[in-house]
Amino acid sequence: MSLLQVKAVTHSYNSHTFLKWKEPSKKVLTDISLSIDEGTCLGLLGTSGAGKSTLGKVILGLERPQQGQVLFQGHDIYTADKLTRQKIRRDLQVVFQDSYSAVNPRMTAESIVGEPLENYEKLTVTEQKRTVIELLERVGLSEKDLKKYPHQFSGGQLQRINIARAISLKPLLIVLDESVSSLDMVNQTLILELLSELKKDFGLSYLFITHDIKAAYSISDTLGVLEKGELIEHYNSKDQFFSSEHPVVEQMRSSILAEHPRYRSLPMRINKS
Amino acid sequence: MRTERSNVLTVSDLHVQVQTKDGASTLVQDINFELEKGKVLGLVGESGSGKTVTSMSILQLLDRKTTTIKGSITLQGRELNGLDDKEIRGIRGKDIGFIMQNPMNSFTPVFTIGNQFVETIRSHTALNKKQAKELAIEAMQNVNLPNPAKVLKSYPFQLSGGMLQRVMIAMAACIQPSVIIADEPTTALDVHNQLQVLRHLDKIRSEYGTSILLISHDLGVISEMADDVVVMQHGRIVETANVYELFDNPQHEYTKKLLNARLSIKHEEPITHML
Ligand SMILES: Nc1ncnc2c1ncn2[C@@H]1O[C@H](COP(=O)(O)OP(=O)(O)OP(=O)(O)O)[C@@H](O)[C@H]1O
Ligand SMILES: Nc1ncnc2c1ncn2[C@@H]1O[C@H](COP(=O)(O)OP(=O)(O)OP(=O)(O)O)[C@@H](O)[C@H]1O
Ligand SMILES: [Mg+2]
Ligand SMILES: [Mg+2]
Repeated sequence: MSLLQVKAVTHSYNSHTFLKWKEPSKKVLTDISLSIDEGTCLGLLGTSGAGKSTLGKVILGLERPQQGQVLFQGHDIYTADKLTRQKIRRDLQVVFQDSYSAVNPRMTAESIVGEPLENYEKLTVTEQKRTVIELLERVGLSEKDLKKYPHQFSGGQLQRINIARAISLKPLLIVLDESVSSLDMVNQTLILELLSELKKDFGLSYLFITHDIKAAYSISDTLGVLEKGELIEHYNSKDQFFSSEHPVVEQMRSSILAEHPRYRSLPMRINKS
Repeated sequence: MRTERSNVLTVSDLHVQVQTKDGASTLVQDINFELEKGKVLGLVGESGSGKTVTSMSILQLLDRKTTTIKGSITLQGRELNGLDDKEIRGIRGKDIGFIMQNPMNSFTPVFTIGNQFVETIRSHTALNKKQAKELAIEAMQNVNLPNPAKVLKSYPFQLSGGMLQRVMIAMAACIQPSVIIADEPTTALDVHNQLQVLRHLDKIRSEYGTSILLISHDLGVISEMADDVVVMQHGRIVETANVYELFDNPQHEYTKKLLNARLSIKHEEPITHML
């Protein structure tokens, strides 16, 4: 049985009738079905605005879809009893696309990362602090950062604090929404290696939402492509992405930038040197 | 330095300190660079190395109560460091367009995009409301945003991360500033939209001679756009070089490490342009 199953999910946001424009609400997700097995990573690619973050929220239980089901270990997350939902909340973690909104500005890094531990693991004060320091170190931060507040961190540092928090309870599934998108390549590699390690050692699974095809390729086992709310491609093997003849995928492939100025593609930027 | 080149923006001996509970701590130091007319200066570096602090210093957007900015920042010969709020507000958005790293925080949640976009245009131009709205719509089309009229009526939370990022780029670019500071402008964009946005920025550069300070961790974006590149680590510049020189012959250890960390796609069919 798959760890997570999304079955025929269709969703649109409520149109805001208090506004003057009352358009029929457009479907943001149409008939999405997918699954994630234990210890695997599904990479989700797709054009900006395609519905990736919305699908992430639906899977996390934050946006109840108008149609369809989300099953976590076989339980419908929207109808499960309270106890099951409590357990799911622990086993299903998230790193949101917008790392500043995801944290409480009045909490220090120590309490942000320590909060899930505080809620679920009954550790002594010293044990908890030690665990938080270990987590910070794993994402390339340090004990020095414990007492800092969100506004005292850079964009990439805050992203890593959110990652440290999400892995703190060794959940079963983490939804990572553009979670390495502001990291320099050295730190990005560090995080991708950490995630792969946790996947291998503890069987963690991920929904890895990203626009970065190389990052998706490096960590994912399976890949999906969302376009205008529809899952247009779903590969069991990530290599299929490179043989797909779907025009959207072809366009994506041809837009990947070479990482050397000699292979530039913008016509006005190509020069002789 | 006296040269034939026309420097639009010059940063000299920039040094930024912040007051914390445990005393003063230095965020960036000895920062020196020049931005020439119609050129793109790439700024890369470790997460936390001071890229955003540097750009916020230029814009004088750091919290004045807790931070001290020393050194000189000149825009077409005019000193920006220490300008009072009113003077700098006349420059921000008009002479220096900026795209912030965090799109969500750059908008007020309670006003529509249209309200904020039109107000920004009107505060820097003599356009009336209708003209400003037309300009906003055109600017959004330029960055490949579908249905701009609808985007104008939306609230920030109703847009996806990449849509907001494109709105911000449209806002920064539409009044033809002499400098654009773009802090990780494509982090939420898929590769196709990223290319459209870069193409548009490059068009503005070549048509209006706009200079661009481009902060990006994405070495593809830097390769594509930059003329010269500044590399930062631990609050300092560790290397400055022409982009070809930097990629072919990196000098500093950190630059080498950064270039070696480029991910590759190992796939049977060689994707020839991918290194
Ligand atoms: N208000 C502040 N108080 C204390 N430290 C701060 C403050 N603002 C930034 N810093 C620190 O200054 C350093 C530089 O931050 P900056 O945001 O410039 O990094 P960056 O290079 O933009 O990184 P990223 O690529 O992750 O966005 C970081 O170590 C950060 O923790
Ligand atoms: N709270 C909301 N209310 C109304 N519409 C919304 C809301 N959130 C998102 N949308 C709309 O739903 C669509 C999908 O948005 P979503 O954030 O899921 O896209 P995405 O694939 O994550 O894009 P990106 O890559 O830019 O982050 C967009 O058209 C967006 O405007
Ligand atoms: Mg999104
Ligand atoms: Mg930054």
